[in-house]
Amino acid sequence: MSDLKSLETDLMAKIDAAGDGGALEDIRVHALGKKGVVSERMKTLGKMSPEERKEMGPVLNGLKTRIGEAIEAKKSALEEAALDARLATEKVDVTLPVRPEAKGKIHPVSQVTEEIVAIFSAMGFDVAEGPDIEDDFYNFTALNFPEDHPARDMHDTFFFEPKEDGSRRLLRTHTSPVQIRTMMSEKPPIRIIIPGRVYRCDSDQTHTPVFHQVEGLVIDRESHMGHLKGTLEAFAKTYFEVDSVKTRFRPHFFPFTEPSAEMDIGYERVGNEIRIGQGDDWMEILGCGMVHPNVLKNCGLDPDEYQGFAWGMGVDRLAMLKYGIPDLRDFFAADARWLEHYGFDPLDQPNLAVGLSR
Amino acid sequence: MKFTLSWLKEHLETDASLDEIVETMIAVGLEVESIDNPADRLAAFTIGEVLEAEKHPDADKLKLCKVATKDGEMQIVCGAPNARKGIMIAYAPVGAYVPGIDLTLKKAKIRGVESFGMMCSAREMELGDDHDGIIEAPAEAKVGDPVAHWLGADDPVIDFEVTPNRPDTNGVDGVARDLAAAGLGKLIAPAPKAVKGAFESPQKIALHFPKDAEDACPCFAGRYVKGVKNGPSPEWLQKRLRAIGLRPINALVDITNYMSYDRARPLHVYDADKLKGEIHARLGRKDERFLALDGKTYDVDETMTVIADDNAVLGFGGVMGGEDTGSTEETVNVFIECAYFDPRRTAKTGRATGINSDARYRFERGVDPNFILPGLEMATRLVLDFCGGTPSEIELAGAIPAFEKTVLYPTTEVLRLTGMDVKPEGQERILSALGFDVRKSDPWQVDVPSWRPDIEGKADLVEEVARIVGYDHLPTATLPLANAVEAPKLTPAQERRGRVRRALAARGSLEAVTWSFTDERHAALFRSSNELKAAGLYLANPIASDLGVMRPSILPNLIAALQRNADRGRADLALFEVAPAYESDQPEGHKDAAAGARRIAPARHWSTASHTEDGVFFAKADALAALEAAGAPVASLQTASPGPDYFHPGRSGYLQLGPGKRLAAFGEIHPRVLKAMDADGPVYGFEIALDAIPAGRRKAVKTRAALDASDLLPVKRDFAFVCDADVAAEALIRAVRAGDKALIADVTLFDVYQGEGVPDGKKSLAVEVTLQPREKTLTDEEIETVSKRIIAQAEKTTGAQLRH
Repeated sequence: MSDLKSLETDLMAKIDAAGDGGALEDIRVHALGKKGVVSERMKTLGKMSPEERKEMGPVLNGLKTRIGEAIEAKKSALEEAALDARLATEKVDVTLPVRPEAKGKIHPVSQVTEEIVAIFSAMGFDVAEGPDIEDDFYNFTALNFPEDHPARDMHDTFFFEPKEDGSRRLLRTHTSPVQIRTMMSEKPPIRIIIPGRVYRCDSDQTHTPVFHQVEGLVIDRESHMGHLKGTLEAFAKTYFEVDSVKTRFRPHFFPFTEPSAEMDIGYERVGNEIRIGQGDDWMEILGCGMVHPNVLKNCGLDPDEYQGFAWGMGVDRLAMLKYGIPDLRDFFAADARWLEHYGFDPLDQPNLAVGLSR
Repeated sequence: MKFTLSWLKEHLETDASLDEIVETMIAVGLEVESIDNPADRLAAFTIGEVLEAEKHPDADKLKLCKVATKDGEMQIVCGAPNARKGIMIAYAPVGAYVPGIDLTLKKAKIRGVESFGMMCSAREMELGDDHDGIIEAPAEAKVGDPVAHWLGADDPVIDFEVTPNRPDTNGVDGVARDLAAAGLGKLIAPAPKAVKGAFESPQKIALHFPKDAEDACPCFAGRYVKGVKNGPSPEWLQKRLRAIGLRPINALVDITNYMSYDRARPLHVYDADKLKGEIHARLGRKDERFLALDGKTYDVDETMTVIADDNAVLGFGGVMGGEDTGSTEETVNVFIECAYFDPRRTAKTGRATGINSDARYRFERGVDPNFILPGLEMATRLVLDFCGGTPSEIELAGAIPAFEKTVLYPTTEVLRLTGMDVKPEGQERILSALGFDVRKSDPWQVDVPSWRPDIEGKADLVEEVARIVGYDHLPTATLPLANAVEAPKLTPAQERRGRVRRALAARGSLEAVTWSFTDERHAALFRSSNELKAAGLYLANPIASDLGVMRPSILPNLIAALQRNADRGRADLALFEVAPAYESDQPEGHKDAAAGARRIAPARHWSTASHTEDGVFFAKADALAALEAAGAPVASLQTASPGPDYFHPGRSGYLQLGPGKRLAAFGEIHPRVLKAMDADGPVYGFEIALDAIPAGRRKAVKTRAALDASDLLPVKRDFAFVCDADVAAEALIRAVRAGDKALIADVTLFDVYQGEGVPDGKKSLAVEVTLQPREKTLTDEEIETVSKRIIAQAEKTTGAQLRH
């Protein structure tokens, strides 16, 4: 029995001293292998008398189990140590910067147009569009511009080289031609907004030859200036994302509306910042009115049967006001610094459910 | 249009404050642009009294004054020769801003003597040019009174925008009429009293127009006044003219300016002794020229209405008179012209000559035809009052143009169009106050006053009523919705643009918005000048020579923008634009396009060497991402090479759904194009014809097809082929796929190799093929069979051999 004790002590000491998986395996073979010292002892059990076996069986089995467990435990410990050692060599400086990825941005004009579309689509407006290159009829005549109106002048409107028949096409000066195209091709009720590029021969601090407009048109049998007011007030409040907005409607003149108005909104200037919805100053943001009976007639609609309103506003200007962008000309300069600064993350899609903007 | 408050009050009896007047003007549609109250600017200046004025101990020209002021007795050093004991002066305290010398006063020591504040001259307060001495206020002024009050500088000037439909508000009386109608007071606009003529006018007038141009000047009235003595006009008139920014000239000229602003009635006064024979209105003739009042000589043509005597053209009718026949200080006999000129011709002549005169402004908007003779009477009266003389009888050529307009007006129109319920009595009161004559038949018959050429129909009368009631009274109504939740509003084409934008931005590109036009030299690199001309894309009046043609592609603008950014040190940049490009001047030539361009700087990052992917494939990836976002069937796309000729011929291609079904082009921009645009290369770009993408409809059935995923492990096998160098990789991939359409789930090309081990003119392409078993694990024989088919297909369609 005592030699078993010393055998166990000896094996345990060897296991403990094993420096790596190979040495440990050697010990396992030495002890528990087919001809291992413990295995040889186990073989002796067969030759023993039942009494002896009854006594020695548990002792030898106990020894085998303990040695086996000790080897397993040592194996795990060695693996852990080996892993720790490997990990120690794999250390990196995690403060190193990641690979830079270019960040794309959406232009404010696109973003704000989508904001406007989100608002008016919730109010039941479709989005209509039309060509930039128009003719005199759609851009002026049908809209009740008198024949010699100054807007028809080359000083104000871009014209193309005249054709052989003397006619000349032009760049639309507003998106109103799409109103005409819609009224001529669709039966009321009509409820549309018209975003798009428009053109005027103007280039200075506050004017660019290309800018963006959104016009609106409602034609049915009952919409009046009260609906115009309600619609545009709701727009202003939602667009500027303020709890309330002060508006003021003033009589004005446009050839294509009668009665006509301009809408002002109340604001306050705090430093360089414009705060909409508070303060006592007024700023004009759009022109509007009831569609002129002549315009309805020009589109084949009876002004005693149909009525409605229209308005037009500058997208670029609305973007400048909401987001505090100082200079209109920068919108068209494609300066990366400006685009990165004033542009919008492509994930930020205007949506009334989450709010139009961050 | 400018006027002063006191001027308005000559036409409006009112107790209203300036603020109320301004607010009401805005409310009725007279858009006030500015109010300049000189008294505000002069608020810091008060009356002081010089109690003592001694010589400065150390300066001969300076005086040491003791001055009684609102701040108590102050010592002020003053250099004005008229500074003396007893006078009432304009005192500016320490801290006051003196506009004429642009200085905020500080306590000063002048030649060793302290001085507290300043006694000011007219120029220092910007009240005039006088700087000979300090201002002396009347003796009855009291210390501490506002200076503005005693100097007559407390008359606010109101400037407002005259909308083109309201020529009547070019006169102060027209403004007053609107304000009176809005309940601000009583209109004072008495009809001018007739002046009896003492003799027949020696000056004869006539109209000489061809039949088809008689409307150019249907009426020409005039009057001779003899023995006038011209000189400065009365102080009150000069003050008024100066207040609104006009320079007083002499009484006769000042009268015409006064009439223009007081009654919107332009006139002209000739020195009758400088006229030769009959004066008449007629169309101009080619080769005529004349020297206008502005000192410039103008060419005349047949479209213009001129006034002429037997000698020469004297003036452009309704636009500007001549230098040689105008009145001067020496003028003794005058002829006053009061006529009606056609708005359209006046505007045209004005635009052709570039003359912007008060007369043109009024005639081109329409003057009151019924005020021709009253206006002449009023002007005669003013001439007699200011210059004396004896008037002739009135000379009249032509006839007063008839102005008769009646509008049939159902009073329910106001409610129908505005939602405001205005009682008929209220409507009648407003219309009458504005000068309309209301006859209450059913519907009402409303006669339009002769000064309102803008009123055509009932909608115009609705506006009149609504604006005077005030738009503040409009109800706030909500448009009813047809559905509790609105249906989607964007068309597929509109939605597509938004998705393309966000897909490209998500790939790191910045969205730009550039002009729709471009430099014609740049445009010609993308489409020939002849084609651009034939398509009608050249502007007749570009704003700049380098913005002369509509862009046939967005790319030239993006390339130019990339270069501008590069010039600022931004070498590594991707820009895109989703916007129209123009194929022709017709509606169908307006093309929905998307384009992108990028310059790639070698990547410098600690984790890799400066390895940079070929930009061509950046551009291709951009194009594919955009096409996918746009809903194009990307899996069915073929690549064809080369792309359009503005791309590198060996490094560009089209993405197409078949021959003639091109959706996009991509590649490296042709170096020749970049050179012509002064742009550094290489630049990689793409452009997409969004219109050409088959319209992706929203699916009617939202149920997705059932997931077809096998639990069996996919098998991967690599194949390396050797083929001719010009075989398209896409062709080989397609051939490999065709090996077994059911079993092959994916083919990935992972290596392209030319060099040692591969014969000249050949290349090696290596692909990994993924086989996805469906029912049971593949046996070695089955895999072998598929491999053979793959190799056979590759050989058959591309000539490729398996590399050994």
